[in-house]
Amino acid sequence: MPVFEMAQIKSVSGALAPGDDRAREADQPRDSLVLRFGPDKPLRLDAGVELSPLQIAYKTYGTLNTDRSNAILICHALTGDQHVASVHPITGKPGWWELLVGPGKPIDTERYFVICPNVLGGCLGTSGPSSTDPATGKPYGLTFPVITIRDMVRAQAMLLDHLGIDTLFAVAGGSMGGMQVLQWAASYPERVFAALPIACATRHSAQNIAFHEVGRQAIMADPEWRGGRYLVEGTNPRRGLAVARMGAHITYLSDAALHRKFGRKFQDRSNPTFSFDADFEVESYLRHQGIAFVERFDANSYLYLTRAMDYFDLAADHDGVLANAFKNSPTRFCVISFTSDWLFPTSDSRAIVHTLNASGARVSFAEIVTDKGHDAFLLDEPEMFAILRGFLDGAAAARGLEHAS
Amino acid sequence: MTMQPRPPIAAGDYLRGNARVDHLMVAEMVERGAKVLDVGCGDGELLKILTETRGVDGRGIEISREGVNECVAKGLAVIQGDADTDLADYPDDAFDYVILSQTLQATWRPRDVIEHMLRIGRCAIVSFPNFGHWKIRLNLLFGGRMPRTDNLPDTWYDTPNIHFCTIKDFRELCEAAGVEMDKAVALNAWGKPLRLNAPWWFWNLFGEQAVFLLRRRG
Repeated sequence: MPVFEMAQIKSVSGALAPGDDRAREADQPRDSLVLRFGPDKPLRLDAGVELSPLQIAYKTYGTLNTDRSNAILICHALTGDQHVASVHPITGKPGWWELLVGPGKPIDTERYFVICPNVLGGCLGTSGPSSTDPATGKPYGLTFPVITIRDMVRAQAMLLDHLGIDTLFAVAGGSMGGMQVLQWAASYPERVFAALPIACATRHSAQNIAFHEVGRQAIMADPEWRGGRYLVEGTNPRRGLAVARMGAHITYLSDAALHRKFGRKFQDRSNPTFSFDADFEVESYLRHQGIAFVERFDANSYLYLTRAMDYFDLAADHDGVLANAFKNSPTRFCVISFTSDWLFPTSDSRAIVHTLNASGARVSFAEIVTDKGHDAFLLDEPEMFAILRGFLDGAAAARGLEHAS
Repeated sequence: MTMQPRPPIAAGDYLRGNARVDHLMVAEMVERGAKVLDVGCGDGELLKILTETRGVDGRGIEISREGVNECVAKGLAVIQGDADTDLADYPDDAFDYVILSQTLQATWRPRDVIEHMLRIGRCAIVSFPNFGHWKIRLNLLFGGRMPRTDNLPDTWYDTPNIHFCTIKDFRELCEAAGVEMDKAVALNAWGKPLRLNAPWWFWNLFGEQAVFLLRRRG
């Protein structure tokens, strides 16, 4: 039987080598629930190998009802984590979807039982490249097997089995989280009553793979990366990871949003310095994004998770016919896209909708007008909130869920 | 011109609440618990009536983003799409009824849309404003300009309505497309159904709107 325990380490003492601190967060995450599967329950991976032991860190909010019918699984994006509606233990910042998840919010934790696991391959407590390999007693690094979106979902299914949740009321997520939502609906249709894939696609485009490759190359070009063995060698490829983040961050925004926020404004100066300092506000902003990111994220996790997204192609997994992925799907879908999202453009969401229609699935689709780009799914978008709330209310009525008292 | 026998009217209680009479007429033609696609569903009012009063499994397509988002927020299964292009993506016999409520005149290729509707659905229900109504005829005859009414207030140069027709025109389309007219209702300017036994020319003159239930022939 897996061991179920609450791991709440309030503070980590300072007398550790630089690498140890990060490895510790991967093995013993703060402010999270931790589930461990022993050698008797390995995770079978698409790569053809088994991962064992498997550890899953997760957060829950709200209460599971007696019928176990009000559970909502939230799948986080590439650089997200399980702290969807609670303070992040490293950054001290509020949860990444607190606008959407909480008491009285569209995903109402007084009504629903919300589960948010750290993704497989992540660095905040679920098995990943910075976890300790029990065979060596050292962090896996690049010896961690390459994982896929389907592997992530398999691991989440093991978590739900453990929690005794047979059918999820809903699965929701944006971007890489949305890919997991689609994979859930394809892999376990009978376990998903409602699905909310937001700002995502059924496959990663060539352009997106290209952007990811630039990010990975930036990390691997950093001499501190040390062939992925930086935790063992006590180094940290901060610069590489920061550059990867800076490049990726541009793809999460839009030309219009960058222009609105920064334009060509100078940073704390009235004239150019004729140097390579961050003269422009937009440069300063990107540098800040890069620096803040490396404090909370692991470079190897970034490699593994971007790879998993690259490999995602639901049609390829179903004899090249996307409709086969959702054949006779009993799930009701709510697909959402954003007008200025050029990473996962509306045409990608439309392709999902066409497939679902052809499969006879019950699907709603809304495109939200915004200039905030791909990141809009994380931001204050009242129209999205109204749509999510309406969709969930309708689904809850169909599921026979009581209103919150 | 020979007078053809008209299909029987769907009788019923059409003056409930504040719902639009044409919506209630459509609702009466739909069997309980049916699977329904509403093409051009607007703000979802008809889908809501169908769901609440007929217990249908309803889906919708709407071209305006505002309409779609309003529908989804109401909990309806509605997607943004275009009747002229997106019906082709639906498989055969996917629905019991495909409804085109006050949308026919806004489509580019009305005949293709009707044919797709009867491919996707077992039955089609079409409601449209009758351009043969006497007020519209008088408007053009004496006003000498493209008619504008309370229901159709747009100017000719700024209107989504590009394919107006009369009840007579629509019947001819059904004949040409080999479509069976199962039921038909015409509503007068006050939203009341016209006399059952009135001849087609009378409907075409005094019916302000018409609702047809169509089936594939044979």
